[in-house]
Amino acid sequence: MNPYPLDPYWMVALKALLVVVGLLTAFAFMTLIERRLLARFQIRMGPNRVGPSGLFQPIADAIKSIFKEDLVVERADKVLFVLAPLLGVVFALLAFGAIPFGPPGSFFGFQPWVVNLDLGILYLFAVSEMAIYGIFLAGWASGSKYSLLGSLRSSASLISYELGLGIALLAPVLLVGSLNLNDIVNWQKENGWLFLYAFPAFLVYAIAALAEAARTPFDLPEAEQELVGGYHTEYSSIKWALFQMTEYIHFITASALIPTLFLGGWTMPFFNVPYLWMFLKIAFFLFLFIWIRATWFRLRYDQLLRFGWGFLFPVALVWFLITALVVALGLPRVYLVYLSGLSFLALLGATFYSPKPVRKGGGA
Amino acid sequence: MTLKALAQSLGITLKYLFSKPVTVPYPDAPVALKPRFHGRHVLTRHPNGLEKCIGCSLCAAACPAYAIYVEPAENDPENPVSAGERYAKVYEINMLRCIFCGLCEEACPTGAIVLGYDFEMADYQYSDLIYGKEDMLVDVVGTKPQRREAKMTGKAVKPGYVVPYVRPELEGFKAPTEGGKK
Repeated sequence: MNPYPLDPYWMVALKALLVVVGLLTAFAFMTLIERRLLARFQIRMGPNRVGPSGLFQPIADAIKSIFKEDLVVERADKVLFVLAPLLGVVFALLAFGAIPFGPPGSFFGFQPWVVNLDLGILYLFAVSEMAIYGIFLAGWASGSKYSLLGSLRSSASLISYELGLGIALLAPVLLVGSLNLNDIVNWQKENGWLFLYAFPAFLVYAIAALAEAARTPFDLPEAEQELVGGYHTEYSSIKWALFQMTEYIHFITASALIPTLFLGGWTMPFFNVPYLWMFLKIAFFLFLFIWIRATWFRLRYDQLLRFGWGFLFPVALVWFLITALVVALGLPRVYLVYLSGLSFLALLGATFYSPKPVRKGGGA
Repeated sequence: MTLKALAQSLGITLKYLFSKPVTVPYPDAPVALKPRFHGRHVLTRHPNGLEKCIGCSLCAAACPAYAIYVEPAENDPENPVSAGERYAKVYEINMLRCIFCGLCEEACPTGAIVLGYDFEMADYQYSDLIYGKEDMLVDVVGTKPQRREAKMTGKAVKPGYVVPYVRPELEGFKAPTEGGKK
């Protein structure tokens, strides 16, 4: 018997609509929340003019971006120029549907996910990789050098972080023995959260998720200080807003995926209310990412590549091999917990006893 | 850049997240002025109510922007306006020309003209930016546009500043001091 019953098609359609509308609303208010939080991090107040404490700012922004002049650059590839932001948004929206928000039947007697895919993680990969096409085509179709540089950066960084991301996800998949996100969450409900079993993979995945959402410290594709606006330099009006939308939806999706894969999803050892914990976990990661944006700097292009290939990839690979050994030899899974703990202690040690960086060349 | 420094930097920003913003939400909250702020001029009076200005035009002579026009007249000995022989029948300052340098204040032999605190003088017509005696004597509260608005709405003039100090030369001028941040 299928543990994950199917919904009637009209319900799936309704939930898909709900997810799209919910994500777009969340995007609108995330822009406000991020601006307010960044402002508070910088001891400013942030937007507080439109409506009570600035609550209607997203509406004002939406009206503004829709009614602004929509420029299409003379030298642009007209079709791709229009298609690129749409591609980005569509593929960003697609990824969210597979994430479960509660146990089966908890959504008014229906299932709290849009689709239950046996290839869940593979699907997420496919869809989130496609979203890079939006960025890349936008830069290429703009016919401007800064845009092209921005999109080149995004494709180069994609290759460098995506390997680490993909291999980091293999560890939980090996342990659970399924690609289905529901299976992964249920496994965690019974055996404890996956970050206990795969702390290095969790770390690599969280860092790579930042890169995938093109957020600080990996926001190279749209480095304002270096590339004007990066891949969306030539975009204005609603098309520019669509890129913002893409970025924020990636941001929200990443914040939802990290808890789903490593922190137990909607489950909680105590006081288990399905939706509440999922939303709290998402909110926590959204806050964490904004906090990081308020604090850290942007990595240089070569630094990102070196970091991706030299740190994320080997760490993920080593952890994958360890997990594979444990699973293949049938050793108790507790060994992985010990090793995870050790790696966490190593990270703490590296944090507290890190040597002073060696400065190369001159410079103060 | 070490891991330790990265962790420390996160701590620093978190500390600022929970500290009060330094922003002064100006039109909603008053600005605390600095002790040497030069604002709209005030024509002060002696404690007995006589105007200090004797119409000598030294301020007009000192003014680098030629913003001041003074027309003196003889005091009526029975009913004097000022404490001297003469008084300023017309005393006008063109606020569009004034550079708020304070030289008039330094030139004044009687301490009659003092630069005060008001700065919200933006207006629609050139003629409204020429302030006469009736706009600058100590008992006048607010600038021309502020007083116009107060008259239309029926509410009292709401000054956009507080002064966390007392300037003795602004004799008799009541400035808001409460609630200002140092």
